[in-house]
Amino acid sequence: MNAALLHDLVLAQVEIRSRSGEGCVQENGFCPSWIADNFDRYVSPFWQHVYLTLVSVAIGFTIAFLLALVAHRRRWLTGPIVGVTGVLYTVPSIAAFLLLLPLTGRGNNTAIIALVSYTLLIIFRNVTTGLRNVPEEMRDAGRGMGLTERQLLWRVELPLAVPEILAGLRIAVTTTVGLATLAFFAGAGGLGQEIYADISFKSNVVAAGGLAVLLAAVLDLFILGTQRLLTPWRRAARA
Amino acid sequence: MERLSLEVPAGEICVLVGPSGCGKTTAMRMVNRMIDITEGDILVDGKSVKDRNAAELRRDIGYAIQQIGLFPHLTVAGNIATVPRLLGWDKKRIAERVDELLELVSLDPADTRDRYPGQLSGGQRQRVGVARALAVDPPLMLMDEPFGAIDPINRERLQNEFLRLQREIRKTIVFVTHDIDEAIKIGDRIAVMKVGGKLAQYATPAELLMYPADRFVEDFVGADRALKRLALQRVRDIDLWKAATVRAGEPVAEARAKLDDADVPIALLVDDNNRPKGWLSERALQGERVREELRSPAEPVVELDDVLRDALSDLLESETHYGPVVDANGCLAGVLSIEVIGQNLHTPPEEVPHGADAAVIGEE
Amino acid sequence: MTVVLASFFGQFKSAIDFILHERESVSGGVQVGGSELIGFTANHLLVSGVAVLIACALSVPVGLYLGHVGKGEFLAITASNVGRAVPTLALLAFFIAYLGVGFVNVTFVLVLLAIPPILTNVYVGVRQVDPETVDAARGMGLTEAQIIRRVELPLALPIIFGGIRTSSVNVVATATIAPLASVNTLGTPIINANVYGDSGRLGAAILVALLTLAVDLALTGAQRAVTPAGLKLTQGGQGRRRLPIPQLRRREQPT
Repeated sequence: MNAALLHDLVLAQVEIRSRSGEGCVQENGFCPSWIADNFDRYVSPFWQHVYLTLVSVAIGFTIAFLLALVAHRRRWLTGPIVGVTGVLYTVPSIAAFLLLLPLTGRGNNTAIIALVSYTLLIIFRNVTTGLRNVPEEMRDAGRGMGLTERQLLWRVELPLAVPEILAGLRIAVTTTVGLATLAFFAGAGGLGQEIYADISFKSNVVAAGGLAVLLAAVLDLFILGTQRLLTPWRRAARA
Repeated sequence: MERLSLEVPAGEICVLVGPSGCGKTTAMRMVNRMIDITEGDILVDGKSVKDRNAAELRRDIGYAIQQIGLFPHLTVAGNIATVPRLLGWDKKRIAERVDELLELVSLDPADTRDRYPGQLSGGQRQRVGVARALAVDPPLMLMDEPFGAIDPINRERLQNEFLRLQREIRKTIVFVTHDIDEAIKIGDRIAVMKVGGKLAQYATPAELLMYPADRFVEDFVGADRALKRLALQRVRDIDLWKAATVRAGEPVAEARAKLDDADVPIALLVDDNNRPKGWLSERALQGERVREELRSPAEPVVELDDVLRDALSDLLESETHYGPVVDANGCLAGVLSIEVIGQNLHTPPEEVPHGADAAVIGEE
Repeated sequence: MTVVLASFFGQFKSAIDFILHERESVSGGVQVGGSELIGFTANHLLVSGVAVLIACALSVPVGLYLGHVGKGEFLAITASNVGRAVPTLALLAFFIAYLGVGFVNVTFVLVLLAIPPILTNVYVGVRQVDPETVDAARGMGLTEAQIIRRVELPLALPIIFGGIRTSSVNVVATATIAPLASVNTLGTPIINANVYGDSGRLGAAILVALLTLAVDLALTGAQRAVTPAGLKLTQGGQGRRRLPIPQLRRREQPT
């Protein structure tokens, strides 16, 4: 197979979008006016993208958080959990989407299952590390004062682990935004579908890709802001 | 641990002291079951600690550790309120108690209660740690080198304040330290432990210093134990020598009569208010009337409330061996000399005060 | 449920068959599958390997220098954050549009992708070397370059390899969409489903997954091999039991 044939075949898969317009568009330049005119075609995929990201991270966080709490008390579980989530994390998302297709069919669920499985390792690792990094003397003081293990966990260890946990959440969110770009392979739409639909048109790629980056940045900052709200004691610096 | 057995009277501070690895911290942590008791039992108020649920037991025992362990994510008030909240006190009661405790440890409640531990100095954090341990007014307190992480200058201040506090609240305290001087200063009773969890001696500070049980205790207490004892007493506690107090212009015959009667062979010149002015020379006592001719000034002037060891130090520094002792008004109360101090070393240990009673007045 | 499972296994069986044997393509006319995949795999590894090597050659010296002098923390950390957020599909498409297609261009994009994790990890790895160790070395008379080479680099090697590992996994994953730029990797059957068919796509997906896991495993082994024995004892921070969790990895982007 020669390259040119293959290239044409690739383009043949793509839905041909009519590109009517003068100058800029014909020459396949970067056209802000085109983007402004055609902005609404990105709206729905954008919200789909948001939906996929938020749902996947929410589910992933819940599962990983619970796993981390379990592993906090039974340390020996850490190894196996890391092993399993590590494999899920390594398998490329495209492959995962496709591997799940026979099982769960095309649609949002397939994409969400795959996206969830990627966030597991990141969040599990960060929650576990955050909990373990709580200085021993605080645990000692807490226990000595009469806090039960449960009270110790919820009143002392978790609050102190918040920065690390949220750091993991940020990584998970930005990563998922990126991965969701390929969710269309599982039939779940998203901004990636828009990119793929007209992959050689610069303005399209920049618009859709830019929106994805923007989404990631906004979510990232939002979580960062939440972190600062939740940890007032770190802001109060010692004079 | 090797068959450790001792009894701590209520309201007293029992200090566990010894070198690293002697098990003093282990012993202390067995009281609130942070470490399991494999053999034997610990009774608090007659009841075994093993009978109660561990967490519940610990809420009744104050716990202060060396690294303090304040929770950085809670304010000072939040830290102190930790156990009261667990016990379900209402907010008003908690707030009042927090302020009360902060004042007790000499911190300004309005200024400190909403700060975070990260904003406090080491000394302040230490005090908050003590306040936190006292939150629910537990009958018993465990303290593991609570002043260990503080610099020496502040440590002494904190020790003095702690003793002053103890005079007020009279808690039963088990206190762990590796510093024998701290133990002597603070303890009502001291348990000296050897490596391997063995008890070498359990006695009051004075007893320990005067009658160390064995070579180990002797070495541990230090070769200067006689001097250490002097830190426990004040000038007012001992019998001072009488001096011949003479006023200028007095008849020499009277003066000489007083001299015969006195313990000190030199006459002391005083003013009309009986304040010492200096030691008289031989020439001052020749002739009809006493002349004001001094051989040396009345130094060092020792106060009744001075610690004996400091007084001795002053005496050694000056050229005379006699130090006039004055009361709060500056009036002569007697004369202190190195001999007097030496004689005092034979005071029976029961008469030597200890712990909170011996506390330096801390008016620094 | 049984129907689903049956179809599931049926599809997988078909996919395995695709991997092992040649067959007629869906659109007819050409033979696909079987040994053809070997060429794809080789190409896949080739483009990935070249990209990672170039990225290393670029990032390691820069990272070592920055880490040694302690500057550029913002750059090093932001590089990773930004890198994580950019969808690789967009990145690839963007460069196809501006640079065109072909092996070189694809490698270029992959290099861009590969740099952030390596750069960040080199920087962090050097920074976390105990300053007292460096101080002692300086006191012994080592030049700055010697310190970097003999002290900081060896001690930072495990973390650096962690970064290379992350990077490699990302690149291998992304190379799956390289066919969009006319580079035939294992992604070809995936992108050209109408030629290769569903089973072809599935078969390729299986191979991609296995390949990535294999690369990860190989590099984990390399990372372990590269950790000096003495370091293994002290690693995990002040004697705490070491957490068997991989280092911070930028999640591989849409592949």
